Amino acid sequence: MRQRTEFIQGNETCVRAALYAGLDFFAGYPITPSSEITEHMAAHLPRIGGSFLQMEDEISSLCSIIGASLTGHKVMTATSGPGFSLMQEALGFAVMTEIPCVIADVQRGGPSTGLPTHGSQGDVYQARWGTQGDHAIISLTASNHQDLFAMTVEAFNMAETFRTPVVLLLDEITGHMREPLTLPREGEIPVIERLRTSVPEGVDYHPYLPREDGRLPMSDFGGKHRYNVTGLYHDMWGFPTTDPKVIHGLIHHLMDKIENHAHEITRYREYYLDDAHTVLISYGCSARTALHVVTSRRRRGEKLGLLEIQSLWPFPAELVRAKCEHAHYILVVEMNMGQVVHEVKKAVQDPERVYLANRVDGEFITPTDVRNIMRLVHGRGV
Amino acid sequence: MAIDQYLRKRFFPHIWCAGCGHGIVLNNMLRAVDQLQINQNEMVMVSGIGCSSRISGYVDFHSLHTLHGRALAFATGVKMSQPNLTVICPMGDGDALAIGGNHFIHACRRNMDLTAIVMNNRIYGMTGGQFSPLSGTGITATTSPQKTIDREFDIISLSLASGATFVARTTAYHYKEITNYIKEALQHPGFSVVEILSQCPTHFGRRNKQGDATEMLQRYRQNTTSIGSEAKQKNPELIERGIFRQETAPEYCAEYAELINRAQQS
Repeated sequence: MRQRTEFIQGNETCVRAALYAGLDFFAGYPITPSSEITEHMAAHLPRIGGSFLQMEDEISSLCSIIGASLTGHKVMTATSGPGFSLMQEALGFAVMTEIPCVIADVQRGGPSTGLPTHGSQGDVYQARWGTQGDHAIISLTASNHQDLFAMTVEAFNMAETFRTPVVLLLDEITGHMREPLTLPREGEIPVIERLRTSVPEGVDYHPYLPREDGRLPMSDFGGKHRYNVTGLYHDMWGFPTTDPKVIHGLIHHLMDKIENHAHEITRYREYYLDDAHTVLISYGCSARTALHVVTSRRRRGEKLGLLEIQSLWPFPAELVRAKCEHAHYILVVEMNMGQVVHEVKKAVQDPERVYLANRVDGEFITPTDVRNIMRLVHGRGV
Repeated sequence: MAIDQYLRKRFFPHIWCAGCGHGIVLNNMLRAVDQLQINQNEMVMVSGIGCSSRISGYVDFHSLHTLHGRALAFATGVKMSQPNLTVICPMGDGDALAIGGNHFIHACRRNMDLTAIVMNNRIYGMTGGQFSPLSGTGITATTSPQKTIDREFDIISLSLASGATFVARTTAYHYKEITNYIKEALQHPGFSVVEILSQCPTHFGRRNKQGDATEMLQRYRQNTTSIGSEAKQKNPELIERGIFRQETAPEYCAEYAELINRAQQS
């Protein structure tokens, strides 16, 4: 049977993938350039009996999906820069209470209202450190619709596996761009369901006592186990505590359950890396430009390669170090003032090999922009 | 039946000060749940942050202690995703109407079947006695050493104007009314607001020379009256207690179920 191919926007791709992953509850608030996600959810969800809410702001959007996740649903919200800023408090709540949810941030130019209709990748660090306090987070991204579909499904899978919010970092360019998407068949991409407790009714259930593998089986609100959920430091029953031993254990658990599984979370694509003298590292829309540069230069025999990172957090430092081991030059291509470039410098040996090729004026970074920086790096002038 | 079956005794003693009105609210709220014989597995309590919000930890329901001001936003997701659950949201005055004011008016407007309890002690107690948007003018608080100049909200008018379909007010002194109004609110098929004036002797009473808890409770007896009473006509300064609105209107989850039907038929 021929698979169905559709010519659609990145934002709609994200919606199709979320439904494929089993999403049945969405809440959002209008904001450019993510509104199409909310609009398509409003169209699709009632047809499958799912819930759609347009809330009064981004704060309540994230709060309400966290509430719905607790009753056993797969949930998501979508927003852009200013809305993502408003969500940071509730994002921290989902981290602390270990409630699975997916937040799509379709990045636009910032700070503040910035450039609502133009592309940017300025929220990489906001996804990592936007909410206060030590914590770990998972953030995924993609440069094309086929990968965006897969990464969206992965975002739901990882949210369930690690009981955590997952930030899906899109950008205005991939979000609004139309290109063909071949819809995966049912079962083609694995879909992970929620791990629920097997503790029977009447037996003391400990919602926050991790199993040996670090996972915490959940019990739905409205089900047979009644327990407390709080954003305060809490014990294994979910009740507030200031016991130093319990606090120490919980913060380490919240970090370790993600950081110690970074290798499982790492997602990437690589092109021509085996003999590359110059390694380009990129992600999201910028990786499209980087890939164009690499393939066109390879035709001329230049030894360029591309490492496209799809899991930005936890940052795949080991992967970057290994892939850059023999590179003479490392060029990070991104549409911000330099965010992932700092992580790359921390990851590799001899960080003086690392350079930034960026563009921050709202226009999509072009192959010429990257080639000009590369000429400077190679000492040939522009 | 004894209401202690609804308490998580493991987590006592509670954190409230001696003389706080919130315990009276907890007691009489549980009496309402008991009289209605609601299955505990179908009860969800969602609260925000503050002294009042700690109430959710002490009850043996599904309990969600969330962010300052956001209880109704979380509750909206819980109820929308599982409409068979009974969802009750105890909030403080600052929690519900300062930081949570926007969620409050939109929850009133949506008319989802949630029960909002505003435990109004006119002060931020947990943070040490700062004035709230319910304090009103002429009040001494840690952030108003020269007395407040901020005017207060009237929770009842605000709820009525925003579209809540059940609106009632009573005080910690009138404990039987607490049970009755919460009972009515829980049974009401729409968004309910029950304002309960609750004394904070530690921060409000002490700084404003209102005496101890007993004197503050006495004051509720003296400065409130039933809606439309003769006493109110003689003394317009009196605060009215009672049910201000109780009317049916399309409930959000029921309307959404209809919307699903339409979407699936077309």
